[in-house]
Amino acid sequence: MNLFDIVGPVMVGPSSSHTAGAVRIGHIARRLLNEPAAKAEIFLHGSFLATGKGHGTDRALIAGLLGMSTDDERIPDSFAWADKLGLAYSFAGIELQDAHPNSVFMKLTGAKGRHLELIASSLGGGRIKVCEIDGLEANFCGDYPTLIVRNQDQPGHVAEVTSMLAHKSVNIATMQLYRDKRGGSAVLVLECDKEVPRESIKWLEKLEGIYKVTYLSLEEAKKESS
Amino acid sequence: MSFHSLEEIVSAAEQQKKPFFRIVLEDDMSERMVSEEESFLAMQAMYSAMNSADESYDGGMKSASGLVGNDGQKMEEAVKAGKTISGSFMGEVMVRALKMGESNACMKRIVAAPTAGSCGVMPAVFLTYQNCFHVSDEKMTEAMFTAAGIGTVIAERAFLAGATGGCQAEIGSASAMAAGGLAYLMGGGNQEIIHASAIALKSLLGLVCDPVAGLVEVPCVKRNVIGAVNAVSSADMAMAGIVSRIPPDEVISAMRAIGMALPCSLKETGEGGLAATPSAVEIAKKLISDF
Repeated sequence: MNLFDIVGPVMVGPSSSHTAGAVRIGHIARRLLNEPAAKAEIFLHGSFLATGKGHGTDRALIAGLLGMSTDDERIPDSFAWADKLGLAYSFAGIELQDAHPNSVFMKLTGAKGRHLELIASSLGGGRIKVCEIDGLEANFCGDYPTLIVRNQDQPGHVAEVTSMLAHKSVNIATMQLYRDKRGGSAVLVLECDKEVPRESIKWLEKLEGIYKVTYLSLEEAKKESS
Repeated sequence: MSFHSLEEIVSAAEQQKKPFFRIVLEDDMSERMVSEEESFLAMQAMYSAMNSADESYDGGMKSASGLVGNDGQKMEEAVKAGKTISGSFMGEVMVRALKMGESNACMKRIVAAPTAGSCGVMPAVFLTYQNCFHVSDEKMTEAMFTAAGIGTVIAERAFLAGATGGCQAEIGSASAMAAGGLAYLMGGGNQEIIHASAIALKSLLGLVCDPVAGLVEVPCVKRNVIGAVNAVSSADMAMAGIVSRIPPDEVISAMRAIGMALPCSLKETGEGGLAATPSAVEIAKKLISDF
């Protein structure tokens, strides 16, 4: 926690968890989708459902999906912006198992047809966590460039990914591995100390047994918001 | 942040013969690896964002629930008409605290200080002081560092979120931060700064977080007023030479202990206190059926 977590951030109110955190969740979802969202089915859980309307959580999530940051004064009008920019959205309630009270499940379709499902939580003070991607566990906060690789659960894929990173001199900060069942679907989540080159991600996508590669870039996010 | 107590900041300031704010600024420089200029400009930007938020208040706006809006304007009219009895300085402080709290509830851009719910306290005190006593932006930024330093110690020893510590952690902390900064602006030294903040925090210990329908509206907006007014009286007391009989760091630790002892129903869940009154339950029911 630094001094500007105490005084700051500059944000659109009313709540750092239910508004600013929700913008960040929408923003991270858009970046993970890696293309503008055309359709968003959004399911609110817990306190997000109970108090979301009054906190503008719904508008904040849409604002984030449209690429707005937490201090964007267009957040209250994000529904109108969504109509203008061609994002179709719907909201409903859901009861997620063992989820943080401020959680949301989103089913997204991109303008070019990419799909993404995720569950994310707002932890307070604007901090967030992505908990699940495409039905498999994940656990990252979006403060690092993050590589998410979904592959068949078989020997060698972790080595492929990590040797590629070694080759590109990308240091790994944290690493997590989950699978649904032996030989089934697995997911590898890597938080890195620097950006992973886009061409290496394309290379990974072509490997046999790798179903999907999702990447969260911090630099591209910076460019987008400036 | 490398400080776990106000006493550590004070003794560093005394040893190095530097003002309180300078110790906080230098800590930020090493923590974030930035230059003095970068750190100072970043804090000045926070102050000017507070100023813009104050100026962009719109008395015609209403919050999503319809519970909040227009009170800042009402208060301003009363102060201008000379109908209030607490003096023009206090009048302006109250107006600004209401305005910022309302702006936050109405999805306007504000500065979380330390939280969004308590965003009206510091600007109410600081902007009013600058307006009445014509202090430079540099001096105001130094007061912001002073306040932020107090806030980091509170975050370290206790907490700043209503969900973990109740309203005392939000409005109480904001009030303590503003009081310390104000004492500095009034010419106070290290002891006046930390005792002003201790007196402010002590006076709000035990305040629970019981928002109606779980929204940052009722009673949050008006609690920004008590936080700001309390900061002014606490700074006045400290500048008169009054000290907190309980040392400032111990006051902060007491805030933590009280927060831990509070039941969940009084920590931002919207289940207890004011939120559990028949009128509040009725409001909450209506809002949920609207979704």
